[in-house]
Amino acid sequence: MLDAIMKIFGKESKSSKDIARERLRLVLVHDRANISPQLMEVLKDDMIKVISNYMEINERDMEVAFTNDNSSVALVANIPIERMKHSAEFRK
Amino acid sequence: MSEIIVVTSGKGGVGKTTTTANLGVGFAARGKKVVLIDTDTGLRNLDLLLGLENRIMYDLIDVTEGRVPYKKALVRHKRHESLYLLPTSQTKDKSAVNAQQINSLCSELAKDFDYVIIDCPAGIEQGFQTAISAADTAVVVTIPEISAVRDADKIIGELGRAEKDNIKLIVNRIRPDMVKKGDMLTMDDIDEILSIDCIGQIPDDELVVTSTNRGEPVITNPVSSAGKAYKNIVGRLCGENIPFMEIVPEGFFDKFKKIFKM
Repeated sequence: MLDAIMKIFGKESKSSKDIARERLRLVLVHDRANISPQLMEVLKDDMIKVISNYMEINERDMEVAFTNDNSSVALVANIPIERMKHSAEFRK
Repeated sequence: MSEIIVVTSGKGGVGKTTTTANLGVGFAARGKKVVLIDTDTGLRNLDLLLGLENRIMYDLIDVTEGRVPYKKALVRHKRHESLYLLPTSQTKDKSAVNAQQINSLCSELAKDFDYVIIDCPAGIEQGFQTAISAADTAVVVTIPEISAVRDADKIIGELGRAEKDNIKLIVNRIRPDMVKKGDMLTMDDIDEILSIDCIGQIPDDELVVTSTNRGEPVITNPVSSAGKAYKNIVGRLCGENIPFMEIVPEGFFDKFKKIFKM
Protein backbone atom coordinates (compact mmCIF):
# COMPACT_ATOMS: atom_id res chain seq x y z
CA MET A 1 0.00 0.00 0.00
CA LEU A 2 2.71 2.43 1.02
CA ASP A 3 4.60 1.36 -2.09
CA ALA A 4 1.62 2.25 -4.26
CA ILE A 5 1.34 5.70 -2.69
CA MET A 6 5.07 6.28 -3.09
CA LYS A 7 4.73 5.33 -6.74
CA ILE A 8 1.99 7.89 -7.29
CA PHE A 9 4.18 10.60 -5.82
CA GLY A 10 7.12 9.45 -7.91
CA LYS A 11 9.18 8.44 -4.90
CA GLU A 12 9.36 4.87 -5.98
CA SER A 13 11.78 2.74 -4.04
CA LYS A 14 14.32 0.77 -6.06
CA SER A 15 12.58 -1.53 -8.54
CA SER A 16 12.80 -5.25 -7.83
CA LYS A 17 14.71 -5.67 -11.09
CA ASP A 18 17.48 -3.36 -9.87
CA ILE A 19 17.66 -5.26 -6.60
CA ALA A 20 17.93 -8.54 -8.52
CA ARG A 21 20.68 -7.13 -10.70
CA GLU A 22 22.74 -5.93 -7.75
CA ARG A 23 22.32 -9.16 -5.81
CA LEU A 24 23.33 -11.18 -8.85
CA ARG A 25 26.38 -9.08 -9.52
CA LEU A 26 27.62 -9.59 -5.99
CA VAL A 27 26.90 -13.30 -5.79
CA LEU A 28 28.61 -13.91 -9.13
CA VAL A 29 31.81 -12.27 -7.90
CA HIS A 30 31.98 -14.90 -5.18
CA ASP A 31 30.89 -17.71 -7.51
CA ARG A 32 33.34 -16.87 -10.27
CA ALA A 33 36.32 -16.34 -8.02
CA ASN A 34 35.33 -19.51 -6.19
CA ILE A 35 36.00 -17.72 -2.90
CA SER A 36 34.93 -19.90 -0.02
CA PRO A 37 34.61 -18.59 3.55
CA GLN A 38 37.76 -20.61 4.31
CA LEU A 39 39.65 -18.81 1.55
CA MET A 40 38.45 -15.46 2.90
CA GLU A 41 39.91 -16.46 6.29
CA VAL A 42 43.24 -17.28 4.69
CA LEU A 43 43.21 -13.94 2.88
CA LYS A 44 42.42 -12.19 6.15
CA ASP A 45 45.28 -13.93 7.95
CA ASP A 46 47.71 -12.94 5.19
CA MET A 47 46.57 -9.33 5.44
CA ILE A 48 47.02 -9.37 9.21
CA LYS A 49 50.55 -10.73 8.80
CA VAL A 50 51.55 -7.96 6.41
CA ILE A 51 49.87 -5.09 8.22
CA SER A 52 51.19 -6.19 11.63
CA ASN A 53 54.68 -5.41 10.37
CA TYR A 54 53.74 -1.73 10.48
CA MET A 55 51.02 -1.32 13.06
CA GLU A 56 49.23 -3.11 15.84
CA ILE A 57 45.71 -3.91 14.79
CA ASN A 58 42.58 -5.22 16.47
CA GLU A 59 42.21 -8.56 14.75
CA ARG A 60 38.95 -9.41 16.42
CA ASP A 61 37.05 -6.42 15.04
CA MET A 62 38.62 -6.58 11.62
CA GLU A 63 36.19 -7.02 8.71
CA VAL A 64 37.00 -8.05 5.17
CA ALA A 65 34.16 -8.37 2.66
CA PHE A 66 33.09 -7.78 -0.89
CA THR A 67 30.74 -4.91 -1.61
CA ASN A 68 29.31 -3.62 -4.82
CA ASP A 69 28.88 0.03 -5.44
CA ASN A 70 26.85 1.04 -8.49
CA SER A 71 28.71 -0.81 -11.19
CA SER A 72 31.94 -1.93 -9.58
CA VAL A 73 32.77 -4.57 -7.02
CA ALA A 74 35.35 -3.90 -4.32
CA LEU A 75 37.13 -5.79 -1.57
CA VAL A 76 36.65 -3.60 1.50
CA ALA A 77 38.69 -4.13 4.62
CA ASN A 78 37.89 -2.36 7.87
CA ILE A 79 40.92 -2.73 10.12
CA PRO A 80 40.89 -0.93 13.50
CA ILE A 81 44.38 0.29 14.43
CA GLU A 82 45.42 0.09 18.07
CA ARG A 83 48.87 1.60 17.79
CA MET A 84 51.23 2.71 15.07
CA LYS A 85 54.67 1.21 15.38
CA HIS A 86 57.75 3.40 15.36
CA SER A 87 59.73 3.19 12.20
CA ALA A 88 62.53 1.52 14.15
CA GLU A 89 60.17 -1.38 14.93
CA PHE A 90 59.30 -2.08 11.28
CA ARG A 91 60.24 -5.54 10.25
CA LYS A 92 61.76 -5.77 6.86
CA MET B 1 29.57 -28.76 -42.86
CA SER B 2 27.75 -30.23 -39.96
CA GLU B 3 27.35 -28.50 -36.60
CA ILE B 4 26.95 -30.13 -33.19
CA ILE B 5 24.97 -27.99 -30.75
CA VAL B 6 24.29 -28.73 -27.09
CA VAL B 7 21.35 -27.07 -25.35
CA THR B 8 22.08 -26.64 -21.66
CA SER B 9 21.10 -24.49 -18.66
CA GLY B 10 22.22 -25.73 -15.27
CA LYS B 11 18.86 -25.12 -13.67
CA GLY B 12 16.00 -27.44 -14.53
CA GLY B 13 12.67 -26.32 -15.91
CA VAL B 14 13.85 -23.26 -17.83
CA GLY B 15 13.04 -24.66 -21.27
CA LYS B 16 16.02 -26.70 -22.49
CA THR B 17 13.95 -29.47 -24.00
CA THR B 18 11.38 -27.04 -25.43
CA THR B 19 14.23 -25.09 -27.02
CA THR B 20 15.81 -28.26 -28.42
CA ALA B 21 12.50 -29.34 -29.99
CA ASN B 22 11.86 -25.91 -31.49
CA LEU B 23 15.37 -25.51 -32.90
CA GLY B 24 15.07 -28.96 -34.43
CA VAL B 25 11.77 -28.18 -36.15
CA GLY B 26 13.10 -24.75 -37.16
CA PHE B 27 16.20 -26.12 -38.88
CA ALA B 28 14.16 -28.92 -40.51
CA ALA B 29 11.67 -26.35 -41.84
CA ARG B 30 14.63 -24.72 -43.60
CA GLY B 31 15.34 -28.00 -45.32
CA LYS B 32 18.24 -29.00 -43.09
CA LYS B 33 18.74 -32.59 -42.04
CA VAL B 34 18.59 -32.61 -38.25
CA VAL B 35 18.97 -35.19 -35.49
CA LEU B 36 18.01 -34.44 -31.89
CA ILE B 37 19.65 -36.51 -29.16
CA ASP B 38 18.02 -36.71 -25.75
CA THR B 39 20.73 -37.28 -23.13
CA ASP B 40 18.46 -36.82 -20.13
CA THR B 41 18.58 -40.55 -19.44
CA GLY B 42 15.98 -41.66 -16.90
CA LEU B 43 13.95 -38.47 -17.35
CA ARG B 44 13.36 -38.41 -21.07
CA ASN B 45 10.87 -35.87 -22.42
CA LEU B 46 12.02 -34.73 -25.83
CA ASP B 47 9.91 -37.52 -27.39
CA LEU B 48 6.80 -36.07 -25.73
CA LEU B 49 7.46 -32.52 -26.90
CA LEU B 50 7.79 -33.78 -30.47
CA GLY B 51 4.75 -36.06 -30.26
CA LEU B 52 6.89 -39.14 -30.95
CA GLU B 53 6.47 -41.01 -27.67
CA ASN B 54 4.58 -43.92 -29.26
CA ARG B 55 7.13 -44.62 -31.97
CA ILE B 56 10.18 -45.47 -29.89
CA MET B 57 11.68 -48.91 -30.46
CA TYR B 58 15.32 -48.55 -29.41
CA ASP B 59 17.19 -45.86 -27.49
CA LEU B 60 20.54 -44.12 -27.09
CA ILE B 61 21.84 -46.76 -24.69
CA ASP B 62 21.03 -49.56 -27.16
CA VAL B 63 23.15 -47.66 -29.67
CA THR B 64 26.09 -46.77 -27.41
CA GLU B 65 26.24 -50.33 -26.08
CA GLY B 66 26.30 -51.63 -29.64
CA ARG B 67 23.02 -53.57 -29.61
CA VAL B 68 21.64 -51.76 -32.68
CA PRO B 69 23.12 -49.40 -35.30
CA TYR B 70 22.01 -45.79 -34.71
CA LYS B 71 19.88 -45.77 -37.86
CA LYS B 72 17.61 -48.36 -36.30
CA ALA B 73 17.05 -46.26 -33.18
CA LEU B 74 16.25 -42.99 -34.98
CA VAL B 75 12.61 -41.92 -34.99
CA ARG B 76 11.57 -39.85 -37.96
CA HIS B 77 9.23 -36.93 -37.31
CA LYS B 78 5.73 -37.28 -38.71
CA ARG B 79 5.52 -33.89 -40.40
CA HIS B 80 9.08 -32.71 -40.73
CA GLU B 81 10.69 -35.43 -42.75
CA SER B 82 14.27 -34.27 -42.35
CA LEU B 83 13.96 -34.27 -38.54
CA TYR B 84 14.97 -37.32 -36.50
CA LEU B 85 14.98 -38.09 -32.78
CA LEU B 86 17.39 -40.35 -30.96
CA PRO B 87 15.54 -40.91 -27.68
CA THR B 88 17.25 -42.00 -24.51
CA SER B 89 16.32 -44.73 -22.08
CA GLN B 90 13.68 -44.05 -19.45
CA THR B 91 14.83 -46.93 -17.23
CA LYS B 92 18.62 -46.51 -17.09
CA ASP B 93 20.48 -43.63 -15.45
CA LYS B 94 23.10 -41.05 -16.48
CA SER B 95 26.02 -43.41 -15.88
CA ALA B 96 24.79 -45.66 -18.73
CA VAL B 97 26.54 -43.51 -21.33
CA ASN B 98 29.92 -41.76 -21.26
CA ALA B 99 31.60 -38.88 -23.09
CA GLN B 100 33.65 -41.13 -25.33
CA GLN B 101 30.55 -42.96 -26.56
CA ILE B 102 28.76 -39.66 -27.26
CA ASN B 103 31.82 -38.36 -29.09
CA SER B 104 32.07 -41.31 -31.44
CA LEU B 105 28.28 -41.37 -32.00
CA CYS B 106 28.24 -37.65 -32.83
CA SER B 107 31.09 -37.92 -35.29
CA GLU B 108 29.16 -40.73 -37.02
CA LEU B 109 25.97 -38.63 -37.08
CA ALA B 110 27.84 -35.55 -38.32
CA LYS B 111 28.55 -37.39 -41.57
CA ASP B 112 24.83 -37.80 -42.27
CA PHE B 113 23.23 -34.69 -40.75
CA ASP B 114 23.54 -30.92 -41.09
CA TYR B 115 22.75 -30.38 -37.41
CA VAL B 116 23.19 -32.64 -34.40
CA ILE B 117 21.39 -31.06 -31.43
CA ILE B 118 21.94 -32.51 -27.96
CA ASP B 119 19.42 -31.96 -25.17
CA CYS B 120 21.46 -31.81 -21.97
CA PRO B 121 20.19 -32.86 -18.53
CA ALA B 122 19.98 -30.28 -15.72
CA GLY B 123 22.86 -30.05 -13.26
CA ILE B 124 26.64 -29.99 -13.67
CA GLU B 125 27.37 -33.62 -12.93
CA GLN B 126 28.40 -36.48 -15.18
CA GLY B 127 25.31 -36.25 -17.41
CA PHE B 128 26.15 -32.64 -18.24
CA GLN B 129 29.83 -33.36 -18.87
CA THR B 130 28.86 -36.24 -21.17
CA ALA B 131 26.30 -34.16 -23.09
CA ILE B 132 28.64 -31.25 -23.80
CA SER B 133 31.67 -33.33 -24.74
CA ALA B 134 31.06 -33.48 -28.49
CA ALA B 135 29.56 -30.02 -29.04
CA ASP B 136 30.98 -27.25 -31.25
CA THR B 137 28.40 -24.77 -30.01
CA ALA B 138 26.67 -24.51 -26.63
CA VAL B 139 23.30 -22.80 -26.32
CA VAL B 140 22.67 -21.78 -22.72
CA VAL B 141 19.00 -21.27 -21.84
CA THR B 142 18.04 -19.16 -18.86
CA ILE B 143 15.02 -17.27 -17.54
CA PRO B 144 14.92 -13.81 -15.94
CA GLU B 145 15.16 -15.11 -12.36
CA ILE B 146 18.23 -14.69 -10.20
CA SER B 147 18.59 -18.40 -9.46
CA ALA B 148 18.50 -19.35 -13.15
CA VAL B 149 20.95 -16.59 -14.12
CA ARG B 150 23.35 -17.66 -11.39
CA ASP B 151 23.17 -21.27 -12.59
CA ALA B 152 23.71 -20.11 -16.17
CA ASP B 153 26.86 -18.31 -15.04
CA LYS B 154 28.10 -21.49 -13.39
CA ILE B 155 27.39 -23.46 -16.57
CA ILE B 156 29.25 -20.88 -18.67
CA GLY B 157 32.24 -21.31 -16.35
CA GLU B 158 32.05 -25.10 -16.71
CA LEU B 159 31.81 -24.82 -20.51
CA GLY B 160 34.91 -22.62 -20.45
CA ARG B 161 36.75 -25.21 -18.40
CA ALA B 162 35.78 -27.84 -20.99
CA GLU B 163 37.19 -25.49 -23.67
CA LYS B 164 33.83 -24.85 -25.30
CA ASP B 165 34.30 -21.28 -26.45
CA ASN B 166 31.35 -20.85 -28.78
CA ILE B 167 28.58 -20.11 -26.26
CA LYS B 168 25.24 -18.49 -27.10
CA LEU B 169 22.59 -17.33 -24.66
CA ILE B 170 18.79 -17.55 -24.89
CA VAL B 171 16.62 -15.75 -22.34
CA ASN B 172 13.34 -17.59 -22.11
CA ARG B 173 9.97 -16.77 -20.56
CA ILE B 174 10.23 -12.99 -20.43
CA ARG B 175 7.03 -11.32 -19.22
CA PRO B 176 6.62 -8.04 -21.09
CA ASP B 177 4.18 -6.60 -18.52
CA MET B 178 6.66 -7.17 -15.68
CA VAL B 179 9.58 -5.81 -17.73
CA LYS B 180 7.57 -2.67 -18.39
CA LYS B 181 7.00 -2.18 -14.66
CA GLY B 182 10.69 -2.68 -13.90
CA ASP B 183 9.98 -5.89 -12.03
CA MET B 184 11.84 -8.30 -14.27
CA LEU B 185 15.41 -8.56 -15.54
CA THR B 186 15.61 -7.84 -19.26
CA MET B 187 17.71 -9.57 -21.88
CA ASP B 188 20.08 -6.59 -21.81
CA ASP B 189 20.50 -6.87 -18.02
CA ILE B 190 21.31 -10.57 -18.26
CA ASP B 191 23.54 -10.01 -21.27
CA GLU B 192 25.50 -7.44 -19.29
CA ILE B 193 25.81 -9.66 -16.22
CA LEU B 194 26.85 -12.82 -18.07
CA SER B 195 28.70 -11.13 -20.96
CA ILE B 196 27.78 -13.87 -23.42
CA ASP B 197 26.57 -13.42 -26.99
CA CYS B 198 22.75 -13.37 -26.76
CA ILE B 199 20.86 -14.93 -29.68
CA GLY B 200 17.30 -14.62 -28.51
CA GLN B 201 14.69 -13.52 -26.05
CA ILE B 202 11.50 -15.50 -25.88
CA PRO B 203 8.37 -13.96 -24.42
CA ASP B 204 6.30 -15.99 -21.99
CA ASP B 205 3.54 -17.34 -24.18
CA GLU B 206 0.57 -19.54 -23.25
CA LEU B 207 0.79 -21.10 -26.70
CA VAL B 208 4.00 -22.85 -25.59
CA VAL B 209 1.92 -24.77 -23.05
CA THR B 210 -0.92 -25.59 -25.43
CA SER B 211 1.42 -26.65 -28.22
CA THR B 212 3.38 -28.82 -25.77
CA ASN B 213 0.08 -30.41 -24.77
CA ARG B 214 -0.40 -31.37 -28.39
CA GLY B 215 3.18 -32.47 -29.03
CA GLU B 216 3.72 -29.82 -31.70
CA PRO B 217 6.58 -27.38 -31.06
CA VAL B 218 5.32 -23.78 -30.91
CA ILE B 219 7.62 -22.66 -33.74
CA THR B 220 5.06 -24.08 -36.19
CA ASN B 221 2.36 -21.74 -34.83
CA PRO B 222 2.35 -18.58 -36.95
CA VAL B 223 0.51 -16.41 -34.41
CA SER B 224 2.73 -17.25 -31.43
CA SER B 225 5.21 -14.61 -30.29
CA ALA B 226 7.39 -17.34 -28.76
CA GLY B 227 7.24 -19.22 -32.06
CA LYS B 228 8.43 -16.13 -33.93
CA ALA B 229 11.24 -15.68 -31.41
CA TYR B 230 12.36 -19.28 -32.00
CA LYS B 231 12.28 -18.73 -35.77
CA ASN B 232 14.53 -15.72 -35.34
CA ILE B 233 16.93 -17.75 -33.20
CA VAL B 234 17.17 -20.44 -35.89
CA GLY B 235 17.94 -17.69 -38.42
CA ARG B 236 20.65 -16.23 -36.19
CA LEU B 237 22.20 -19.68 -35.68
CA CYS B 238 22.29 -19.95 -39.49
CA GLY B 239 24.34 -16.76 -39.51
CA GLU B 240 21.61 -14.31 -40.48
CA ASN B 241 21.53 -10.86 -38.96
CA ILE B 242 18.00 -10.57 -37.55
CA PRO B 243 17.10 -7.62 -35.31
CA PHE B 244 15.65 -8.49 -31.89
CA MET B 245 11.87 -8.28 -31.54
CA GLU B 246 10.65 -5.69 -29.15
CA ILE B 247 9.21 -7.23 -26.01
CA VAL B 248 5.96 -5.34 -25.50
CA PRO B 249 2.83 -6.31 -23.59
CA GLU B 250 0.16 -7.91 -25.77
CA GLY B 251 -2.27 -5.32 -27.05
CA PHE B 252 -6.00 -5.68 -27.50
CA PHE B 253 -5.61 -6.41 -31.17
CA ASP B 254 -3.15 -9.27 -30.55
CA LYS B 255 -5.59 -10.94 -28.17
CA PHE B 256 -8.33 -10.51 -30.73
CA LYS B 257 -6.17 -12.10 -33.40
CA LYS B 258 -5.38 -15.06 -31.16
CA ILE B 259 -9.03 -15.68 -30.32
CA PHE B 260 -9.92 -15.81 -33.99
CA LYS B 261 -6.64 -17.55 -34.94
CA MET B 262 -5.93 -14.94 -37.57
